[in-house]
Amino acid sequence: MSTVLTLAKKEFLLEWRQRSIIGGMLLYVVSTVFICYLSMKQVVDLPTWNALFWIIQTFIAVNSIARSFLQESKGRMLYYYTIVDAQSMILSKMVYGLGLMVVLSAIHLGVYSLLIGNPVNDFKMFGIAVLLGSLGFAAVITMVSAIAAKASNNIGLVSILGFPVLIPILMTTIRFSKCAMDGLGWAVAQKFALLLIGLNLLVVALAYLLFPYLWRE
Amino acid sequence: MKVAGLQWWKWLCVLLLTYTVWQGFMVEVPRMAILHETIRNLFFHVTMWFSMIILMIASIVYGIRYLRSGNLEYDIKASACIHSGIFLGVLGLLTGSLWAKYTWGAWWVNDAKLNGAAAAMLVYAAYLILRSSLEDEHKRARIAAVYSIFAFTLMLAFIIILPRMTDSLHPGNGGNPGFSNYDLDSKMRTVFYPAVIGWTLLGAWISELEFRIRRIKLHRDQR
Repeated sequence: MSTVLTLAKKEFLLEWRQRSIIGGMLLYVVSTVFICYLSMKQVVDLPTWNALFWIIQTFIAVNSIARSFLQESKGRMLYYYTIVDAQSMILSKMVYGLGLMVVLSAIHLGVYSLLIGNPVNDFKMFGIAVLLGSLGFAAVITMVSAIAAKASNNIGLVSILGFPVLIPILMTTIRFSKCAMDGLGWAVAQKFALLLIGLNLLVVALAYLLFPYLWRE
Repeated sequence: MKVAGLQWWKWLCVLLLTYTVWQGFMVEVPRMAILHETIRNLFFHVTMWFSMIILMIASIVYGIRYLRSGNLEYDIKASACIHSGIFLGVLGLLTGSLWAKYTWGAWWVNDAKLNGAAAAMLVYAAYLILRSSLEDEHKRARIAAVYSIFAFTLMLAFIIILPRMTDSLHPGNGGNPGFSNYDLDSKMRTVFYPAVIGWTLLGAWISELEFRIRRIKLHRDQR
């Protein structure tokens, strides 16, 4: 466990030292929301508000987390291979991806509410939906990024491979957050929350089991 | 065991599919409002999807066996299963769409089951692209196996769970009675299950031919 945290911390420090990367991600969030704001103005329709939020969220996730394995050079991967085991590697990337997604989602939600409005009824539940969704997105895209890094090493492949795999999580999250927007309460939202937790666990478990096969060359 | 030059299960496949096509159109079906004779699509559309899912599971199993053994023949089997799965999936999509046009009045409606099916087709397409982007045989086999296990397991969970949680136009969901409710005399079952087995065997037959051709190529290249 401490290996995982150390690796995740290393991941963070590497990105932190290159401020341009962090700045680039923030700018990506702000300018995407701004483009949507310019083209849609205020969104009154609730399902549209929700759908737009999650579409932007998907693009933010792909754009920021796809780099997790793509940025690693071959030599550095070889070095990691000699000092840590595969499971710690994938878990640390996921932990870092989750942290990144939580921060970016919070900023996204803030800017989005400011410009496009915020008709959410149940903030606590919406927050949980964003958190669980971010976990799923981070886990799926980290794994897909590991797969794409082994293939042709381009970021386009991450979205081609990642979008279809994201659909289950995205659809569940959209339904869950719609319940939060309407303030329907936990009796209705509970099944979506449980399904989302189940899917997330499945993704993490699959990545945990499959990543070792990707890693050894 | 061979019968007149063909494996016994291939004769079974021919027999079952002939039976399906004949009985599919001739069997007495319940008279239902709106559905009328289109209920016969159950024997084709639904059964093709069942077979596609069975072939999908087969490709996951072969993927796992490849990862455990490193034997390229399992990889060829997995991808052959995926190819015939795509074939049945496309047929299922076309028959479903045709049916939807005449019962719901649209070629496509926004519905959990339909979207699950479309998502499965997207994963198939992504799998093909991933395979074609890799040159080295062993590397391609390994990475394709990892992706297919990862994506299809998630997809199966999704196809199975999500439609049961939401209301849907699709028969068998929400407030809409499923086919099983109509089928009081269980006459339809006598066609439905043979059809599932028949289509699955057809898919297996196609996969087997592809597997044999590619195995010859593999051994020729290795020499």
